This record gives sequence, structure tokens and C-alpha cells, in this order.
Amino acid sequence: MSDRLIGKAGKRGDLIKRARGDTPFTDDLALPRMLHGKTLRCPHPHARIVSIDTSKALEIPGVIAVLTGRDLPERFGIIPWTPDEHALAIETARFVGDGVAAVAALDERTAVRGCDAIKVLYEVLPSAVDLDSAITRPEIGLSAKKDDNVSKAVDLAFGDVDGELAGSDVVLDGDYFFEGTAHVPIEPHCTLAQYDASGLLTVWSTTQVPHYLHRELSRVLRLSPTRIRVIQPPLGGAFGGKSEPFGHEFTAAKLAMVTGRPVKFLISREEEFYLHRGRHPMRLHFRLGAKSDGTLTAIDARNQIDGGAYSSFGLVTTYYSGQLLSLPTAARSYRFSSTRYFTNKPACGPKRGHGSVQPRFAFEVMLDRMAEKLKLDPIALRRKNAVGGNTHTINGMRVTSNGNLECLAKVEEASGWKERRGKLGFGRGLGVASSAYISGTNYPIYPNEMAQSSVQLKVDRSGVVTVFNGASEIGQGTDMLMATIVADELGLPLEAIRVVSADSDLCPVDLGAYSSRGTFMNGNACLTAARLVKEKLIAAVAAKLEVPETSVFVTRGALCVRGREGDAVPVEEAIQLAEAKFGALGAVGSYKTPPNLGGEYRGGTIGASPAYSFTAHVAEVKVDVETGVVEVVKVWCAHDCGKALLPTQVIGQIDGSVYMGVAEALFEEHLISPNGLHRGPNLLDYRIPTSLDVPQIHSMFVESLDPEGPHGAKEAGEGPLHSSIPAVANAIYDAVGVRLHALPFSPGRVLEALRQRKA
Amino acid sequence: MTLIPITLTINGDLTQVAVHASQTLLEVLRYELRLIGTKQGCDKGDCGACTVLLDGEPVLGCLTLALSCAGRSVTTVESIPRADPLLESFDCHGAGQCGFCTPGMLMTAKGLLAKEKKPSRDSIRAAISGNLCRCTGYGPIVEAIAAVGEGTVQPATEEKLPPPLPSYGAPRK
Ligand code: FES
Ligand code: FES
Repeated sequence: MSDRLIGKAGKRGDLIKRARGDTPFTDDLALPRMLHGKTLRCPHPHARIVSIDTSKALEIPGVIAVLTGRDLPERFGIIPWTPDEHALAIETARFVGDGVAAVAALDERTAVRGCDAIKVLYEVLPSAVDLDSAITRPEIGLSAKKDDNVSKAVDLAFGDVDGELAGSDVVLDGDYFFEGTAHVPIEPHCTLAQYDASGLLTVWSTTQVPHYLHRELSRVLRLSPTRIRVIQPPLGGAFGGKSEPFGHEFTAAKLAMVTGRPVKFLISREEEFYLHRGRHPMRLHFRLGAKSDGTLTAIDARNQIDGGAYSSFGLVTTYYSGQLLSLPTAARSYRFSSTRYFTNKPACGPKRGHGSVQPRFAFEVMLDRMAEKLKLDPIALRRKNAVGGNTHTINGMRVTSNGNLECLAKVEEASGWKERRGKLGFGRGLGVASSAYISGTNYPIYPNEMAQSSVQLKVDRSGVVTVFNGASEIGQGTDMLMATIVADELGLPLEAIRVVSADSDLCPVDLGAYSSRGTFMNGNACLTAARLVKEKLIAAVAAKLEVPETSVFVTRGALCVRGREGDAVPVEEAIQLAEAKFGALGAVGSYKTPPNLGGEYRGGTIGASPAYSFTAHVAEVKVDVETGVVEVVKVWCAHDCGKALLPTQVIGQIDGSVYMGVAEALFEEHLISPNGLHRGPNLLDYRIPTSLDVPQIHSMFVESLDPEGPHGAKEAGEGPLHSSIPAVANAIYDAVGVRLHALPFSPGRVLEALRQRKA
Repeated sequence: MTLIPITLTINGDLTQVAVHASQTLLEVLRYELRLIGTKQGCDKGDCGACTVLLDGEPVLGCLTLALSCAGRSVTTVESIPRADPLLESFDCHGAGQCGFCTPGMLMTAKGLLAKEKKPSRDSIRAAISGNLCRCTGYGPIVEAIAAVGEGTVQPATEEKLPPPLPSYGAPRK
């Protein structure tokens, strides 16, 4: 259709409803007779629970029920091979903040008093609250076999790394440390559960994985999935922090079942920092080899990963700490060896750019050093070693569309790189970095042959089309995207499309909002469904007008016949003709990744994706050598999203990724004290940027038109974060000549580096 | 706990409500009066999601005791009409993604625009510096507010929907 809505900057539609309270978020929901729940949390980093006495709590007027771990003995975990969590700890609590009991009361204050009245006797156990103790004190025994603290170890090698290193003209070594960070969505976690008289459990929850929550609820509650309905209301941000089941989701459900009344848990901002699942702290050792002409010969990476108390997505994280190093700039050989350790800290998990942001920082800084050593422009070095399109990476990932070079060219041009780099004077500098990311993962978390995303359309004879969509709207705009795709295919106005999302009773399964899969997988499923409906409309119109189907086409508002301009049939009428001809109108569309996207080795499915996005950043910084304060003045970011279906939303995702990356570069660290307490579990001490702290962000997109993406589209939500951090690091070097090896680049670290440089 | 009856004006409506001495304005708005447009992001005065206007001044609902609002006038995001240029501007500029910080941002912006007809970008940035947003990077929010001051926002127009077909709900001739 010529006047497509796809590709045009436009409004979101649902934003105003969200902003004015017309669309309720989870905590905006309330049910009659609703109780409020609170979790009692362990104050020790590692402790055996000797006894729990709940009797005093139950004596408090207004306390209705209390749960302990024994009430929910089933283990759970997002990865089916590593279920190591309990809704409430049973024998041992593994970090400060581990839930040990839960109370439902008439109001939240009474629930808190109930928690205070529970007596828990602990035997404090030796603990590992940092990587070093996890590595050197295996006797703490945090692993499943209890003989060490290792959560997952991965060793993968591609090509002859040792031979290539031996034959290199230059070999560089570098040690880097990435402190963990938190997601900090402004909306805290919240769960509301209702168990009705028919025995149906309904759970409304702030989750980006309603399907997995449905499965795990069934397992932990030992309740048939046919008796569970999961609804995900719109989310107030997530960034990966709501992508696995949490203890309070089970305790809310169980308390609703026990009391026969609805129960709500609203997580406090302090608790948010203990639920965590944020970015893993990583210690990275990198070795990079090159020939004097700039050909990269080998990458050798060794990573130690601080996983926190539970497995979470850790198995996958460990692979991601190396798997994406073969794009967009690659060496002739590469290997990585990564080990994730358990520590007695809040569990780490996936945050925007799961597991791959930390190694990207190390690698892109190494590239900058290599370019300097070889006296090459850092962009030229990346160009020389760029992986092209329609190829396979050295670790076996199939690459189709690839806009990496266009991204580099765009930021080079927009930032005035050639004229300005190295010429801004001491204290000011430019840095570059680039990266690639997946558009959805090949790997459906639990192995199965079913579709990864499905959409069902119901077409009403009034001209309204309802899209039943399993995907999770978390602020990124999938609902709007589905509406736009359908409106374009069927020639309907946006107002005629309703989207019903993420309700296990109403919508077909989609695996969730993670790994940047929405646009690609959900978009393809939706497009397939819409095209099936369109075929029926065309067939009905062709039959009515007695013309061949091939001559009928859809324009906005009507179906027309080529060469017979006067014969337009309004879409609504076409729908009625089709309903008369075929019966009730609807369609389902599904998406499943094609086979053979990754390498034929254990772990080869991780990192494999039907399409990759590409990003390049140039950052401009100002460094105050007196105070050590780094100011990121401006960031240019070009991102290959395949095709910008909703340009305002794509730019928004790029802006937001740059913002979040710069925040991690300069401010954020999720610090745990030796006693296991968070150093500042609030928004003043854990400092996220305000409107006065952000750089000017110049976001651009590149459209490489992916052959398999819906209308050519790929992801935009996570990729643009990756290279923002090393771009800042490299700009600091251009500005003041110091290399920072540890994040964040706080004034203290900058001053220390400047001092060492002088010495 | 004893309940104390208070009277205050909320979005122009004279409202009577019984509150506990320790209850915040945010709790009373959200959980007693069900004005859920105002959000809670921290309950500690750090995020600005709970911003409402008290006698025209932006305040944090989570740090304001409900009792102290007796006899005063509270304005929440529900008071903003659907076709308001500020809402329109937020939507056109992509100034909200998840929309959770948006109610607070809108009320801070309303407070600012009431004082400064055409605020500079610097003064907008300063005004919203107490409202945290985790999605947008703030740029589009600053632009959205500036556009209202500069009067460059097109008023919201209803997209022209096609007339109903005679076969479906069109008036009989
Ligand atoms: S909820 Fe009031 S400032 Fe965060
Ligand atoms: S739009 Fe999500 S926090 Fe601002």
C-alpha cells in the first residue's frame, strides 16, 4: 500500500491513556476484600534457618495468614536445567534479602508488623560476598553439588588461537572490571492474585514473561495450568528486570488460595535492589593479536562472572559473555573461557544487552589500543576487520543483513570525526565503538518445537479488528506496532484496531519481551495473520465484482481494482462480503526461527538469531583534570534496525539505550557491603541520571532491510546500548590520555588514573 | 488508629475524606480516592512519579501528609483534558515510553508553564530534574514541554473515520 503508516513518525496512542490513569498498571488494580502481602527477608548473607515461629504474627489483629518455605516446597528457575530457587527459603537463605516468610494482612502496615513479629532463628554460615572469596573458598559450597561455588563454566574455541597469536606482529593484554548495575524501572514490581470460587487462579503481575510465569506457577503451586490465568498489565519499564518469576508471585498466589481473598504484593524501592537480577559484575582478561597491516588475528578472553545467589539466566549469561565477540569486527580466530560463580549477593540476571555489554566494553577498548599501536584510525581498523552480510561468523552464526559499515560512516560523518578527533585540545576528546546484537534468540528457554510467537486476529463486521497478541508491552511499543501492521495490511484506520496483549486466557503464546525479539518475531507473526485476512477480503471483493483476484489491491479505506478506479469497495464492506462468503473472519499467524542459524556445538544456539542489529557510537567528552569529573557532552549513535517501522519509537529506543549506557559508564554501581547489605538501596544513593546529567543524544537509524524481518525490520531496544560505554572510555583516552579499566568512570578513578599517568 | 475527616478540593471537586495522621497525600489519592493516575515509584521523595499540584505548586505526594492538605486545592493528572496541547505534545515527541513517569512529568510541566509561558530548555531541564525517567533519556520530554511554550503543537484532531456503512449502524433514511 502506498500511503502506509509503517515508516512514518507518529503518536503512540496508548501513551495518553497510560499517562492519565485510563490504562491501569498492576498496582492501580484493586479488588474487593483485597489483602496486602509483605515478605520477611533474611538479614544475613548466608544462613541456615534453624526455626521459624509465626505464632506471634498470627495473633496480631488484621494479620490473616502467614506462609513459610515449607508451604511452597517446589523449586523453580527460569532455565529448566537450573531450578534452584524457592518462593521462600527452606533450609538456607543465600543472601541478605532472601525471603523467609510472607504475611497477608488487611493493610500493608499490618503486614509489615506481622513480618516484624515472626521469630526466625538463624545459624550464620560462612559467606562469599565477592568474586575473590567465591573463587578462593570453594568450601563455602554454593554450587548444586556443594563442592565449590561454580554456577556455570564455558570454554569455546574457534580457529587456531595459539598459532595465530604466535604469528602476530602485535599482541596486547588488558584487564577490565565491570561493576554490576541495576535496571531501576520507575515502576516497582507488583503482583495481584485472585483465587475465585470456581477454583481459577488469576495472577496480574509486572512480568515481561507471562508465559513462563504461567508454567512456573503451575509447577510451584502444583496446580493444573488449566486452572491458572496470567495477565500482564502494561509495564512501567522493565529492561530485563522483570523477565523471570519472582518469589512474591508465588506467595501472592498461594496466599490468595489459602485465604480465599485477593492478595497484592507491592515491592518497595528498597526491596527492588535486593530482587535485582541486574547486570553481572565481570572481571575480564583480554588478549588481542594483529598483523602490522591491521588484520586481527586472535581474541583470547577469560571472564570471571559474579552471579549472586541464584542461577537465574546464568547459564545463558555465561555464553553471552563471549558468543557475540565474532560480530561486527572479527579476528581470524577466537576463544573464550567464562566462569560464573555464585556469591551471597542479590542474584544477577539479564539487563538490556544480556551478558554481552561487559565483554563489548573490554573488546572495544582493546581495539582502540590496537589502532593506536598500529597507527591506524580506529574506524579504519574496524572497517578492515568487518564481517560482511550474507555470511557466517567464525563461531557459526548465520548473518544476513548487515549495516555495520553504514553505521560507522554515519557517526564518522555526523561527529566530524576526521576533522575533530585528537584536535579538541587537552581535556576534550572523541571516542568510537561499534557492536552487534541479536533480534530474538533461537533458543526458546525450554526446548520445544512450537511457535515462538503467535498472533490471532478477530475481524468484526463493524470494521473493528482485534489483535490477540501474546507479547508483552513494556513501554517499547509492541502494541502500537501490531496495530500499525494490521491497519496497513487491511487499509483500516488505527482507531479501528484494538490490541489485547499478554493474557494467557485470551492470547496465543508469545515467549516474552526479552532478547529483543518483539519486532522480529511478533511482527512476523502478526504480518502473517493480517495477510491471511487480506487474502479473504480480496477473494470476496473479486468474486463480487467478477474480476480476477490478482487485480484487487488494498488502499487506505478501500479495496480497489487495477484499471477500474470507480469500483472501490470500502474495507468495512469488503469485510462483510468476506464474512458472508467464508463465515466468521479471523486468522492466526505464527513465527518460528528457521533451522541452522547457529554452530553445531554445545552452546551454538546461544547467540544464534534470525537477524542481527548493528550499532556505532561516537562519544564526545570533557574531562575536568582538577576534579576528575567526566562530562559526556554529546553522543552520536547510528543503529541498523533493518527498517524503522515506528521511527519515533526506534529513535526512542536508541535514545534510551544511549542514556542507560552513559549512566553505566559514569554513575551506576550496584555495590554490596561485606556484610551483604546493599550500599544504598534507594534512588539517591544508587544514582540514576536526572535531566541535568544526560548528554545531548543524536540518534540515527540505518535501514539495511533484513530479508526475513517484517517489512525488513530488526531490533532496536538493546543493541544501541552496547557500544556506548566503550565509546566514552575511548573518548576519555582521546581527551586526557588515560585508559580506565574499571567501571564506572567516577571522579576518584579518573583522578587516580591521571595521577598514575603523571608518575 | 483514629481517622480524621478533612475537606479539600481535588481537581475542582470539594472532597471529604477521613485520613490517618500518618497517611500521605499519595496514599489517599491512590488508595482511598482511587485517583490512580498519580504514580508511586519510591515512596521516599526520590523519583517524582507522585508529583501533583498543591495550590498550583508541584509537590511530592509521597512526602506530603494528607492532613496538611485540609482546606487546600490539589490538582492531579486526571484534571488534564484529553485534547490538552501538553498531552498531545508528549505523544508527538515520544516523550513517554512506558508512561510511568509521565503523570509526574506532566504535573511538573503544568506547574512550570503556569509560571513561565515560554520556558527555555535550561529552565525546563532544571524544573524536571526531580522527575526521574528511565526510558527516554529526557531529550524528547524537554522538547515536548518547550513546544507547548513555543505554541508549535498542533491541537489534537480526531482522525477522520469513515462514515458507518448502511449495513452497520448508519441512520435509516
Ligand atoms: S513516589 Fe514520591 S518521589 Fe517517588
Ligand atoms: S517513560 Fe518510562 S520512566 Fe519515563
